[in-house]
Amino acid sequence: MHERLNQWEFVWAALVIGVAGTLVMVGWSLLAMLRAERRRDKVRRK
Amino acid sequence: MHAFANPARFLRLARWLLPVLLVPGLVMSLGAVAWGVAYAPPDHLMGVTVKILYIHVPCVWLGMAGWSTIAISSIVELVWRHPLAAIAARAAAVPGAVFTALGLITGSIWGRPTWGAWWVWDGRLTSFLILLFLYFGYIALADAAQRDASGGNAARIPAIFGLVGAINIPIINRSVVWWNSLHQPPSITMGKSAIDGTYLWPLLIAALGFSLIFGAVVIARMRMLLADIQTEARLRRKALG
Repeated sequence: MHERLNQWEFVWAALVIGVAGTLVMVGWSLLAMLRAERRRDKVRRK
Repeated sequence: MHAFANPARFLRLARWLLPVLLVPGLVMSLGAVAWGVAYAPPDHLMGVTVKILYIHVPCVWLGMAGWSTIAISSIVELVWRHPLAAIAARAAAVPGAVFTALGLITGSIWGRPTWGAWWVWDGRLTSFLILLFLYFGYIALADAAQRDASGGNAARIPAIFGLVGAINIPIINRSVVWWNSLHQPPSITMGKSAIDGTYLWPLLIAALGFSLIFGAVVIARMRMLLADIQTEARLRRKALG
C-alpha cells in the first residue's frame, strides 16, 4: 500500500527540534556561566 | 600558546570573544536556515525534505568537530601540560554531545520520508550513535576526574579516553564509502561539492553560524569551569585557615 506523508511536517519537526535544542543549550550554558561567576565573586568578597 | 595559560589573561580574552562569536553566530545560523526554508527549491528526489539539510548537516559536522576539539586538547594537555587544555576539552564535550544528539534526531526525522525508516543499523548511523555514547563516557570520566582530589594520573584518564575515542571520527567519515548504506555518499569533499549553489551557500553560512555558536558555548563553559575551580580553591584555602 502506498503511504502518503506530508513532507513539510518532517521539515518543521526537524527545524524546530534543531533550533530549539541549540537555543536551549546556549541559554543553559550562559546561565550556568553567570551563576558560577557570581558564586566565585561572592566567595571572594567574604 | 602558553601566553593564555594564565587564567586571568584567558578570561579577559573570553569576556570579549563570547559576544563576538555568539551574536553573529545566531544571526547567521537562523538567517541561513530561514533562507534555505524560504528559497531553496524542492529536490527532484527528496522533495522539500532537502531543507532539513540546513539543520542536520551543521549538527553532524559539529558533533564530529566537538570530539576533534577534545582529541586536540587532550594531546596539548598530555604533551605540553597546558593548564587550560583539559578545561577546553571538558567544555567542548557537552555542546559536542548536544549537536551529536540533534544530528541523530534530525537525521532520523529526515530518514522516515526519504528511506521509509526512522533508523537503520548501517555504518554511518551506528558509528554516529557510538559517538554519542563516547561523549557520555567522556563527560562521566571528566566529571569523576575533577572530583578526585588526589590529582596526578586520574586527571589524565579523560585525555587518554579522548584520544582513543578519536578513532571513531575517520570511521564515521569513511563509513558511507567502506560499507553499503542508505545514507548518501559524501557530497562535500576537499575543494569539491556535488551540491548545487542554490543549496550550498545557505548550507555553508548555516555551518559557519552554528560553528560560531559552538565556539561561544565552549568559551561560556570554560568560564564556568574556571569559576568553579577558583571557587573550590578559595573555599579550600579558607577551610585550611
